[in-house]
Amino acid sequence: MKNIASRLALAVTLATTLLSAPVMAQELNGTLKKIKDTGVIALGHRESSIPFSYYDDKQQVIGYSHELMLKVVDAVKADLKLAKLDIKLMPVTSSNRITLVQNGSVDLECGSTTNNTERQKQVSFSNSIFVIGTRLMTKKDSGINDFPDLAGKNVVTTAGTTSERLLRKMNEDKQMKMNIISAKDHGEAFLTLETGRAVAFMMDDALLYGEMAKAKRASDWVVVGTPQSYEAYGCMLRKDDPAFKKAVDGALAKVMTSGEAEKIYAKWFLQPIPPKGLNLNFPLSEPVKKLYKAPNDKAFE
Amino acid sequence: MAYNWNWGVFLQPTATGGDETYLGWMFYGFKMTIALSLSAWLIALAVGAVVGVLRTVPNKWLSGFATAYVEVFRNIPLLVQLFLWYFVIPELLPEKVGNAFKQTNPILQQFLASMVCLALFTSARVAEQVRSGINSLPPGQKNAGLAMGFTLPQTYRYVMLPMAVRLIVPPLTSEFLNIFKNSAVCSTIGLLELAAQGRQLVDYTAQPYESFIAVTIAYLLINVVVMFGMRWVEGHVRVPGYIGGK
Repeated sequence: MKNIASRLALAVTLATTLLSAPVMAQELNGTLKKIKDTGVIALGHRESSIPFSYYDDKQQVIGYSHELMLKVVDAVKADLKLAKLDIKLMPVTSSNRITLVQNGSVDLECGSTTNNTERQKQVSFSNSIFVIGTRLMTKKDSGINDFPDLAGKNVVTTAGTTSERLLRKMNEDKQMKMNIISAKDHGEAFLTLETGRAVAFMMDDALLYGEMAKAKRASDWVVVGTPQSYEAYGCMLRKDDPAFKKAVDGALAKVMTSGEAEKIYAKWFLQPIPPKGLNLNFPLSEPVKKLYKAPNDKAFE
Repeated sequence: MAYNWNWGVFLQPTATGGDETYLGWMFYGFKMTIALSLSAWLIALAVGAVVGVLRTVPNKWLSGFATAYVEVFRNIPLLVQLFLWYFVIPELLPEKVGNAFKQTNPILQQFLASMVCLALFTSARVAEQVRSGINSLPPGQKNAGLAMGFTLPQTYRYVMLPMAVRLIVPPLTSEFLNIFKNSAVCSTIGLLELAAQGRQLVDYTAQPYESFIAVTIAYLLINVVVMFGMRWVEGHVRVPGYIGGK
């Protein structure tokens, strides 16, 4: 009896292997294998990158990037034919996000992470999900219209951002004698601007609109200046994992070319959003339109 | 784990132009940490000594004031105190003074706020050490001083403090070490000290391990020097016949 049972088991195993082999053309490895084996995907998100990835008033993670990330998760789940895929959410900051992706705590991070060449040495980036320009926010009556007006003034930016780098470089190259304040996060940078410590706040335009919408009197503020750079936001994943990257890229491309992305854009940038029901009124820019038409993972630098 | 080590990153020119290297940034932060911590420590010692003495005097108003001072500065988290000094106090000043302060060089503003914050926070802790030093003396010493015809201030000056200060050198060493470590909190208001430069290096080069290892070594270096310095002081001032004395 026992013999028959074990033979039967062997036969079943063989049959399933043979049957499933054509479906999974290649053997799974890397992140996809980990996800399939554990039934869990670890997602990294931001806590206050409005409207990309942040907490609403019920401490749920929401946002434009987060919604796209969930689309990717759905696609991965379908690809792997999993009946159930648990999502583990892990908040990340601009300082620890790269490390957490590298050491395996986070499988995929979609927030407001710029795809650049230095970072590409450590992690891999998916198809871009957004394109921003770096500009200035200032008081309407400050007399600041563009970057040259900042000479000799106090200017604030957020530590660890491309804006900080560009601003310091501009100061050095053009001898502008600006005093540059690097605040810990966007909220603190805006506070520095609001309390009059700085005349202008340089940051990604989308985030500036986000801060403006949070201000006590949004009508006092205006976003000005020629964009000093364009940057592509991408989702981060581990380096040298082509199978997972292909799955993520494919899912994002599908969302973008199908027109779904435009709807998601409208939801987060052109309509009132939680927690306060603010409307960012940030129209779809040309670079983003182009991206939706032809998804790619190129860095702008 | 796939990590791309690159120790040469410290010698690369910075991404902001100019002829500085990332090592130069680290050194700037190192100097800032030392300048900030030492200046705050000197203030903390002076204020802490006065408040500590006041806690032990018989006058109820004076000792009550000193107790309130210690409890306020010891029980509010350091980070909150820093935000109060940097963000809230300038708003509470008369508008003209506040605005004048806010228009000055931001590094100066950050340094002053950080120094005052660290100094007062640490002074409350120093005050407690001074008080415990004074209270650890046998009551006979104070009584003997007064019986000799010294006034109370003279008894403190010539009898109790010379003993108490020497007894509290070992616990003061810990506070001295702490002030260097606590100074890292000041990176949150944008002061570019050692920890902030370490974080900045990560942002600019995406080499977190090299940066944080370098920062760790720098802090260790500072604290080893402080420890040996304080041990030397301790050896020179220890009271014969007491614990640790010869």
